[in-house]
Amino acid sequence: MGDFIWIVIALPLVGAIASLAFGKRLGEPTAGYLGATTVALAFLYALVASLKFFAGHAEPDTVHLFDWIPSLGVGADFLWDPLSATMTLIITGVGTLIHLYSIGYMHGDERFARFFTYLNFFVASMLILVLGENFGIMFVGWELVGLSSYLLISFWFTKPTAAAAGKKAFIVNRIGDFGFLIGLMIIFASFGTLSYSHVFEEASLVLNTPTATAITLLLLVGAAGKSAQIPLYVWLPDAMEGPTPVSALIHAATMVTAGVYMVARAAPLYQLAPVSGGVVATVGALTALLAATIAVAQKDIKRVLAYSTISQLGYMFMAVGAAAYVAGVFHLLTHAFFKALLFLGAGSVIHGMSGEQDMDKMGGLRKAMPITFMTMAVAWLAISGIFPLSGFWSKDEILASVYDHGGPWLVLWGIGIVTAGMTAFYMTRMMVLTFWGQSRWDEGVHPHESPSSMTVPLVVLAGLSAFAGFINTPFLPSFEHFLDPVFERFEVELAHLPGGITPWILALISLAAGGAGILYGIRRYSKVVPAESDGIWATVREGYRVDDWYGNLLVLPGKEMSEAAAFTVDAKGVDGIVNGVGGMVQRVGQMLKPIQSGFVRSYGVGVLVGSVGLLVWFMTRVL
Amino acid sequence: MDFPALTLLIFLPLAAAIVLFFVKRDDVVWPVGAALSFLPTAVAGWVLWEFETGEASMQFTEFVQWYEPWGIGWNLGVDGISLLLVVLTTILFPIAIVASSRSVTRSPKLYIAQMLVLETGLLGVFLALDLLVFFVFFEIVLVPMYFLIGMWGSDNRIYAAVKFFLYTAFGSALLLAGILALGVMASDQFGTPSFDFNTLLELTISSGAQKWLFAAFGLAFAIKVPLFPFHTWLPDAHTEAPTAGSVLLAGVLLKLGTYGFIRFNLTLFPEASVDWAPWLAGLGVVGIVYGAIVAIVQPDVKRLVAYSSVSHLGFIVLGTFALTNQGLQGGVIQMVNHGLTTGALFLLIGMIYDRRHTRQISDFGGIAKVMPVFAGFFLFSAFASVGLPGLNGFIGEFKILLGSYLTLPVHAIIAASGVVLAAIYLLWAYERMFTGPVDDAANEGLKDLDARELAVLIPIAALIVFLGVYPKPALDRIEPSVNAVLDRIELMTDYEVPDFGRPLELAE
Repeated sequence: MGDFIWIVIALPLVGAIASLAFGKRLGEPTAGYLGATTVALAFLYALVASLKFFAGHAEPDTVHLFDWIPSLGVGADFLWDPLSATMTLIITGVGTLIHLYSIGYMHGDERFARFFTYLNFFVASMLILVLGENFGIMFVGWELVGLSSYLLISFWFTKPTAAAAGKKAFIVNRIGDFGFLIGLMIIFASFGTLSYSHVFEEASLVLNTPTATAITLLLLVGAAGKSAQIPLYVWLPDAMEGPTPVSALIHAATMVTAGVYMVARAAPLYQLAPVSGGVVATVGALTALLAATIAVAQKDIKRVLAYSTISQLGYMFMAVGAAAYVAGVFHLLTHAFFKALLFLGAGSVIHGMSGEQDMDKMGGLRKAMPITFMTMAVAWLAISGIFPLSGFWSKDEILASVYDHGGPWLVLWGIGIVTAGMTAFYMTRMMVLTFWGQSRWDEGVHPHESPSSMTVPLVVLAGLSAFAGFINTPFLPSFEHFLDPVFERFEVELAHLPGGITPWILALISLAAGGAGILYGIRRYSKVVPAESDGIWATVREGYRVDDWYGNLLVLPGKEMSEAAAFTVDAKGVDGIVNGVGGMVQRVGQMLKPIQSGFVRSYGVGVLVGSVGLLVWFMTRVL
Repeated sequence: MDFPALTLLIFLPLAAAIVLFFVKRDDVVWPVGAALSFLPTAVAGWVLWEFETGEASMQFTEFVQWYEPWGIGWNLGVDGISLLLVVLTTILFPIAIVASSRSVTRSPKLYIAQMLVLETGLLGVFLALDLLVFFVFFEIVLVPMYFLIGMWGSDNRIYAAVKFFLYTAFGSALLLAGILALGVMASDQFGTPSFDFNTLLELTISSGAQKWLFAAFGLAFAIKVPLFPFHTWLPDAHTEAPTAGSVLLAGVLLKLGTYGFIRFNLTLFPEASVDWAPWLAGLGVVGIVYGAIVAIVQPDVKRLVAYSSVSHLGFIVLGTFALTNQGLQGGVIQMVNHGLTTGALFLLIGMIYDRRHTRQISDFGGIAKVMPVFAGFFLFSAFASVGLPGLNGFIGEFKILLGSYLTLPVHAIIAASGVVLAAIYLLWAYERMFTGPVDDAANEGLKDLDARELAVLIPIAALIVFLGVYPKPALDRIEPSVNAVLDRIELMTDYEVPDFGRPLELAE
């Protein structure tokens, strides 16, 4: 099965091509079902192919499909191991649900089929990213998900903000890719190949610490772009311009976790560069905190979730930076469920509210949308880290692993706890403003529950958000056993949990933080809605106006420089010299006008004489 | 000697041009011209088919002594470096001719004839192995191009045509002097003058002489590429040229410069090449960044693409002078890739110009709504140009960057910023032209692409995908000849090509 794992990429790719070619003819909803079916089949194939890993230690499969760029040691090679299997199952599993949901959500859109073309293409690209056996193929997937993201964010391109958001996402990601590319250059220069098996096996022999540090920090730049970490996170909030299923699938559950996957995959390199691990974790912790503070002040329901995603990705970075790779991927998994659920729930709310996204105009939706409310409530408690829902287990494992490192890592742990409290608070705020209290709907808005094609995925995800945590509890760490071989293969040392009763105490502390956040949230928002419109709230709501900072410090000067280069340096300077020389020649020519006979033969003589003259001059130098 | 396929290939377009003058009926000029322009494609296809992969040396060689006292011969051959450029040339010409059939109304017969003469010149440049013959073809190319811009161009065409002609002709004078010097040296060392490329490779050239000759050849080629700071003729020529002129200028003509660098500078003057390499690569890098930065704010989309060419050609020069297998292979494949993607972009700009008679980005907006297929092709070509993996541009860029890091790490790192800048100038232009509401009434009723336009674009798009997904057939043909060039440099100098890139073998 693993030998043919490329089939899981081929299925959605065929779906994408088919709906690109025949989408109009297939129409609604067939094009949607076609897309969903291909992804569902890919999921089933991946599930069967990964049975051998569930059964116990099994060898990974490496598949060589064809030579791609042989002289760089980059083939179309794929790797089927527990890590790529985990990612594949998340992508195709959540992907299937979101495809189904989209059939309802995109109902009536004039480019219905095209939406599924892009969505299928995204799934195929993401699978290339996680299934590649070398950094080259990973980079291919990396760029192709960037393209899909661009196309889907600006799906409603007649809206200028949507078009601008798509462009911004792609360009900011490219800044990250700049680092990624340089990292690849150094890897290639060190190993002569980009293949994981070669690079990871020989890493400890080939790389000294500075080189390993340089490579891993450059890879981090790429990861920070794709996974929206400081300082490259600014594209993700704007990406909410895309249709909500896109936000759920790409900008919450899968694509944005690519950076986490990359660090986990490159664990053998990070192992050689302890400093880089610290940097990764610090970037993650700071991002988690910063984004959580911004999430607190949002009015737009999707922007709450966007900043929340950035914040949760920060936790995952903390984990992989602390070499707690299993915990990082575990949180990636649970987050994929509860955050996809939150986004789809928000989509359901927006759908029911005829496009309204402002929470000031919601309230009291609990009765009108009972399924949406119940399922989102599960996700709310899960992300808040309430026992025994999935988020509790995964977040706790991260915090405990970070704590176990001791020393300065305790500061990161502290940030993690504070962020956990804030997370619970802003999620409670969102839930209360949306579902409880008085209705503050605009006139003419008649909220209603969404159709079953949308609510069924919500229910499934709610089940997963509730119970997925049990795959990796301290009592039964099945997921850890599942992933261990990936890291054992290259002798990567993993972080551990503290011993004794410490984990229990840590769990209680983070539970307390979550509980406090929820209680304060309920107290503050359930009776009246505070205005939250004064200076600080406004500043925070606009993300501390970081976009303005970037605009004034980078974009504007960049544009001015570009204008100076184009219209002064190039047009007047470089070309000015050329035209100046031309003009001078012309003036000399005026003086020499008489020899302009107009006969080609006399020009020919001129050319000959000139060349011979040059020749003579040359000969004196050369011979 | 076998069947003289290359001679046939070179003169078929010229013969077609002559045939065309006997066509009396005006209404069949275009169909006949287009049909005739496919003949060289067929011959080139046959050459591609018969070309032996894995062979480094010249194939299909022809040699006829022409004028013995001067050592001039009709000396042709094709290897991995020129093969794909020849094929690209014969593919772009029919496309360019078909693409012009609606927009060119002024003396179409003469127009097509000029194009075909241009094709003969270009094929001659790539196939000639006698330096004087090479030079003659190198110069012939200027004439039809001058007329194509000067007669069928836009408002400021005369200025652009003259600038193009004078600037490049200036470079040619130095080239001719350099070639003659080599001939004289041959006469000195072998007793008889020769301009045969293979004979000249046997010359012993002192390192001082290599420097001068490298400079003479190099300046001519640098202007042609064009390498910063000799690039300012290019945007003018591109903006004023008719669509087909721009396609061929970017697609093939600029490659004469990079081809010349690889074919002649690297092989004839190895020592000077090693000495000058970091400087030329440096100019390439400046071109990458500078061309891209200048492109960002161009108000005219054709000018924008012209500056993007400066940037892309910078990559090719960087790859060439990195003097590594990966870099040089990347440079050669990138010549083909740039021809396809930039060719496609110019064709697309021509199609919208035919409809709107403007190239100002600000005159557009929301076009994707009215012309979705056109927008799709534009975005596709833009992403190919940006170097999206899976499309052709990536292969060359990736090889060039990874390959040049081995010898010129700082150059490579700066060059990598080109991937960010390219995304900025192309996606920003796309945003302004294609997205948002349609706010100009003139853009409302625009017709999407018709069958003829699709027929022009689809072959290019297919090649863009093919070379991006499965470049191996192309790379396999390029590799031996490129490696031979570097082997020669290693042999002649104390330079060592970094031995990197292991053949693919997977663990277990």
